[in-house]
Amino acid sequence: MKNNKNTINIDLKQYSMIIILVVVYLLFALITKGMNMTPASVNNLVMQNSYVVILAVGMLLCVLTGNVDLSVGSTVAVSGAAAGIAIVDMGLPSPVAIVLGLLVGLGFGLFNGFFIAYVGIPPFITTLATMLMGRGLTYTVLAAQTKGPLPNDYNFLGSGFLPSIKIAGNMELICIIVAIAVSALVVFNELKDIATRKKYGFPGHPMWQLGIKDAVILVIVWFFMIRLGQNRGLPVVLILMAILVGLYHYITSQTVAGRQIYAMGGNAKAAQLSGIDTKKVFFWVYTNMGVLAGLAGVVLSSRNASATPKAGDAFEMDAIASCYIGGAATAGGIGTVIGAVVGAFIMGTLNIGMTLMGLGTDAQKIVKGAVLLGAVTFDLVSKRKK
Amino acid sequence: MSEYILEMKHITKEFTAVKALDDVNLQVRPGEIMALCGENGAGKSTLMNVLSGTYGYGTYSGDIVYNGETCQFHSLRDSEAKGIVIIHQELALSPYLSIAENVFLGNEQVKMKGVIDWNVTRAKAGELLKQVGLGDENVNTPVIQLGTGKQQLVEIAKALGKKCDLLILDEPTASLNDEESMGLLMLMKELQKQGITQIIISHKLNEISFVADAITVIRDGHTIETMHKDVDYSLDTPESYKKLEDRIIKSMVGRELTNRYPKRHGITIGKEPIFEVKNWNVYHPELTDKKVINNVNLSVRPGEVVGLAGLMGAGRTELAMSIFGRSYGSNISGEVYINGKAVNTHTVAAAIDSKLAYVSEDRKTYGLVLIDSIEFNMTLAAMSKYFSKNGILNRNEEKLKSEEYRKRINVKCNNIEQVVGSLSGGNQQKVVLAKWMLTQPDVLILDEPTRGIDVGAKYEIYEVINELAASGKAVIVISSDMQEIIGTCDRTYVLNEGEICGELSGDEITQENIMGCIMTHNNRKGAAS
Repeated sequence: MKNNKNTINIDLKQYSMIIILVVVYLLFALITKGMNMTPASVNNLVMQNSYVVILAVGMLLCVLTGNVDLSVGSTVAVSGAAAGIAIVDMGLPSPVAIVLGLLVGLGFGLFNGFFIAYVGIPPFITTLATMLMGRGLTYTVLAAQTKGPLPNDYNFLGSGFLPSIKIAGNMELICIIVAIAVSALVVFNELKDIATRKKYGFPGHPMWQLGIKDAVILVIVWFFMIRLGQNRGLPVVLILMAILVGLYHYITSQTVAGRQIYAMGGNAKAAQLSGIDTKKVFFWVYTNMGVLAGLAGVVLSSRNASATPKAGDAFEMDAIASCYIGGAATAGGIGTVIGAVVGAFIMGTLNIGMTLMGLGTDAQKIVKGAVLLGAVTFDLVSKRKK
Repeated sequence: MSEYILEMKHITKEFTAVKALDDVNLQVRPGEIMALCGENGAGKSTLMNVLSGTYGYGTYSGDIVYNGETCQFHSLRDSEAKGIVIIHQELALSPYLSIAENVFLGNEQVKMKGVIDWNVTRAKAGELLKQVGLGDENVNTPVIQLGTGKQQLVEIAKALGKKCDLLILDEPTASLNDEESMGLLMLMKELQKQGITQIIISHKLNEISFVADAITVIRDGHTIETMHKDVDYSLDTPESYKKLEDRIIKSMVGRELTNRYPKRHGITIGKEPIFEVKNWNVYHPELTDKKVINNVNLSVRPGEVVGLAGLMGAGRTELAMSIFGRSYGSNISGEVYINGKAVNTHTVAAAIDSKLAYVSEDRKTYGLVLIDSIEFNMTLAAMSKYFSKNGILNRNEEKLKSEEYRKRINVKCNNIEQVVGSLSGGNQQKVVLAKWMLTQPDVLILDEPTRGIDVGAKYEIYEVINELAASGKAVIVISSDMQEIIGTCDRTYVLNEGEICGELSGDEITQENIMGCIMTHNNRKGAAS
């Protein structure tokens, strides 16, 4: 084996879920004769998935500690209901309603975090309890009725688009600008990375492999942006999602707080003896999850233009499944934000693909279950081989 | 009938690209106790796993001839059917089940298919316990309530409950104290009289020479030599014992270690203590009226290596952990001074800030995040202080420092991104050491720093200890290995039942004096009560 100066091959396993996502997407394109690639379908993929992505990002942190949060679906419902009541019954302006929705989420998060971290109740039990309480609370405050319709300025968050500027071929200018900006960013980051490696003499990957990796990313970005541009432009939730994903990716990979979550999930005792306040970590992970669930609740109600008591039903399962499909370990300490997002998109792709094939939600659930089991089995078996 | 009960011929076992065993031969005669020694990673456990069928027939090449018959074991069950029983280093007991249930775990005594006969189970378990010297224990006691030493004996009872002609013990005394170890070795001799052939894997040369009739040394997957008692070596005089020990070590490490403890040069010990603990009292975390540490006072000067000697359960780890961020105990009182200033060590983070470091006893449970990389682990404790700014990590600095320490203390690995769980025990221990060196402490407490690691790695760790002392730091070594205390420390405190019962320095530090302190203290306590 030749190991010429300081290069290591890219480990394909690291990108296996992205490859699976692409394969699944192309497979459905074949089955539905390209119907899942139409501008409207691509737009749907983004918009229908937005709350799952928001939840999956927060859920990943819980999963990293080796636990889950079962209460997020109920929190979504309660915070949506709170915003709905604020607007419809109390006549408060939309921004206030949004803040209220987030505060309700924060409340749930603090409640969970307190019992888990400082009373020592296992997260599964604590959040099972708040899941039941939250759902009951939603039905009570909404009197089992749907609250709506909600005003347009509120709905903008979940179903709005950035202002339209059309250019040639019915294309939204903003999408092209974003695509160019992202491309520049990807290339810039790669160059910066290479420069750092050179400067410190860290081993890097061969240039041609980096090239392929970046090319794939850029193709995906441009495909999405062009399709969205042919539709109605850039959805507001996509921007929200991008900011959240970027932020949490940064937190988990580049900050002390993120590292502490990984250390605690990998070995809580060792983390404690290394000076990490594991209770504090637990507390903030669950509080954060509450806030994100609140946000997802606001986004969902604004997309539906109403708050319903059934909202967010079983969302916790979608979020948890996304994390595991994205390569997180049930024991904790392993998983990435990007993985969870890819997991969420794999499920979204399946949903839309099957809907376009004419399969009902019942059949979709069977397939989703099978995919979850399959993904984790694949992950486990491929690790065992080593 | 051949001369041997067991012959392993030309055993070669490969893991992906690595030859763990390369043409290994092992011959065991009926009724003898064979000791298998070698450094960690030499292939001892792999060889025993091949023998017991854990690595089934077909995954290795070579022959296993047992009782004159070439065997093909596909699983543990196959080898057990032939009377080969292995007791692993990590005990295979179910903690909340009773002794009796554990003794017959996987070998249940049944009335009819699948229904347990409790009377027979308890009666037979009782007999087996008597055989291993646990006759006083209630067979209904959950094993978690027993100490490690007794659990080890339950394992042996479990083995005897099966058809057992060849018993393999993988480092049976690793977590036992001297007394318990002695008891176990005597039991092995007893079992030998009953005609049970035994193979013992151990690092402890004194135990091996005491119990074994033959010694086989393995290094890097090769058999180096087999020595038979009274043919190749004798133990008549202390000199002949020393000769044997040197020979084993030489075979194990492949070079002569003229001294197991590196000499220390040019270290000047300061006058003023850098680290002091005054009037330290600790109560048990659950039984809050039970005092675990009673009025301990100690001090260490810069450049000094101070031992905490004592028997297992003397309270050394409890003392260290209670000082380090109050990680153990309740109702703690007392003061800690570093550089003459009273410091706050109420939390681990505060203790680290005060320049105190504690390298824990059990690296896998308390020291390392096994699923993460060398780099991740090395920088974990120093992360907030030295590898980040405003909560943002400096990943480049992390890489540079980890790389520097990897070289400095010679961690054998592919690169710093390797997962620590895949390293050998000695290298894992080095990673833990590096983790604490990176917090730039003034005072390091090392709890059993060389437990379960091989002679070569031990030597390297002693060198690091010397280096730390030379740079003016205070080092406290907690060790159950009295030789280690004698070999590494300038001075030692002796702990017994949570109290300091003696302080020895220089040439006074001998095994006799340490034991003397403990005995006198025990007598005094006995007289007082």
